[in-house]
Amino acid sequence: MTSPAPVIVTRGLTKRFGAVRAVDGIDLDVRAGDVYGFLGANGSGKTTTVRMLLGLVLPTSGEVEVLGGRMPKEGRRVLPRVGALVEGPAFYAHLSGHENLSLLDASGPGGGRGNRRSRIQEVLENVGLAGVGRRPVRGYSLGMRQRLGLAGALLRRPELLVLDEPTNGLDPQGIAEIRALLQDLHRTGTTVFLSSHLLAEVELMASRVGVLARGRLVLQEELSVLTAPTGATVVITPHPDRARSTLGGRVVSAEGNRLVVRGDDPAEVNALLVRAGVPVIGLALDRPTLEEVVLAAAGTSQDRVDA
Amino acid sequence: MILVEFHKLFRRRRTWATIGVLNALPVTVAVLLAVTDLGPRPGSGPAFLSAVLTNGALFPLAALGIVLPLFLPIAVAVVAADAIAGEAQAGTLRYLLARPAGRTRLLVAKLIAVLAFVLVTVVTVALVGYLIGITLFDTQTVGGVSISGTSLTAQQLAGRTALAIGYVTVSMCGVAAVALFFSTFTDAPLGATLGALAVLVASSLLLTLDAASPIAPYLPTRYWLSFVDFFRDPILWRNIVRGLGLQAVYVGVLLAGAWANFTTKDITS
Repeated sequence: MTSPAPVIVTRGLTKRFGAVRAVDGIDLDVRAGDVYGFLGANGSGKTTTVRMLLGLVLPTSGEVEVLGGRMPKEGRRVLPRVGALVEGPAFYAHLSGHENLSLLDASGPGGGRGNRRSRIQEVLENVGLAGVGRRPVRGYSLGMRQRLGLAGALLRRPELLVLDEPTNGLDPQGIAEIRALLQDLHRTGTTVFLSSHLLAEVELMASRVGVLARGRLVLQEELSVLTAPTGATVVITPHPDRARSTLGGRVVSAEGNRLVVRGDDPAEVNALLVRAGVPVIGLALDRPTLEEVVLAAAGTSQDRVDA
Repeated sequence: MILVEFHKLFRRRRTWATIGVLNALPVTVAVLLAVTDLGPRPGSGPAFLSAVLTNGALFPLAALGIVLPLFLPIAVAVVAADAIAGEAQAGTLRYLLARPAGRTRLLVAKLIAVLAFVLVTVVTVALVGYLIGITLFDTQTVGGVSISGTSLTAQQLAGRTALAIGYVTVSMCGVAAVALFFSTFTDAPLGATLGALAVLVASSLLLTLDAASPIAPYLPTRYWLSFVDFFRDPILWRNIVRGLGLQAVYVGVLLAGAWANFTTKDITS
């Protein structure tokens, strides 16, 4: 089995702003078909990295390759195949959503004038703005602007979507809608690079995860590996003491009525307890949550400025 | 790309409001002159204004003379400063460049749009001036009188007016280049506008200072009013040529600087 084609590859990517290393030697590896969750606290260097992928910020050292082309040198060939949402959407407020998309599309190569109108109509329908496309953006809510930004990213049916906090400003229904839209796109072959500090969002969507902390990539792995069973079983019982005496030294830890028991076969643990007459309320394979994995890898919050 | 920039600039109410305001002052002056019939003494006040009372066809030149020292450069500085910094402030610059518009292409498109604005503005002022002039004042269909006192045919007058419009446009390109240069350095269009105006004010101020006379020939505003020389007989080319050369150097150097900065900077807006 050959592994899927690389879509984003960086080698030793570094960006210094003065004395600060905002991004410090990161080696990203995103492959075709991934939904890559790019996690990191505020100020960890996510946005700078995204901007380097798009050729907006120029690296101090290191290489960036997107869709097989070097960035920023081959941007003119690469970027028309990339849809991006960087640090919130931005528009000309006095123009309508439709006009904004039209101007954006006409500003670069790879758009195609002939089907522009129909493409705009289609993406506006995709993001749920078909009805307001002619109103000036000035009157849009935060969520509507976010949808319009996403529409702009989808305009040329890109192979790669680079999205920085795409659900910012959306209500829970909106978030679910956008998630469904992204999952649809992913099913039809779009690779998604999703930069976010929302763990739950990434956990629901991502197939691979990279974690950035203080400009360094501290973790890059398949989500299924990160949250793989630890080889222990979680037992919930109203009688933790009796369960403890039944299972003996196999109990790794206990917290209230929740016990973590060595052994990766819940059925076997269950059988033991039931035979001893200990009631069992809950039973599951022990898996680390993404939050636990990320916190363990990334350490404290980056907004803190300790003495 | 250029069409996109034209669309952005000329579909904007602010652009036309600026041009409208710019025309308001010469129109006001014309109405006051026509009502009171009190022209400034020949040789004082804005150029051509004293001649207008006898020949309304000269009013386009008077109008340009009225807006040239202050209003026109401010309008040009505002629009040119907005070119890059305005996109940066709105956040649209990152989307344009990620589209990708190409940094050099975007800068060139902005430059062309700004030059178009300069041309449209100058021509509008001249045109409105002409219409107001022939409506409110007497006109001599046979032509006019040069500043030197000789008479000019209507054809000569028209030709020289066109040349003067061209010269003012070139002078304003210098302003545009200064503002565009600053525009690539900041995310605040107001800052770029003020930077450009500071340069022009400083230049005008130094021109009044005897101690600054050694550098006077190199100051950007030095030859602005030389468009008057087109109406001497024969045309006094010396300052006109120097003015054109000086603006060409300013435009060349500043645009090169703007390009060098814009194509190598981190877009963090």
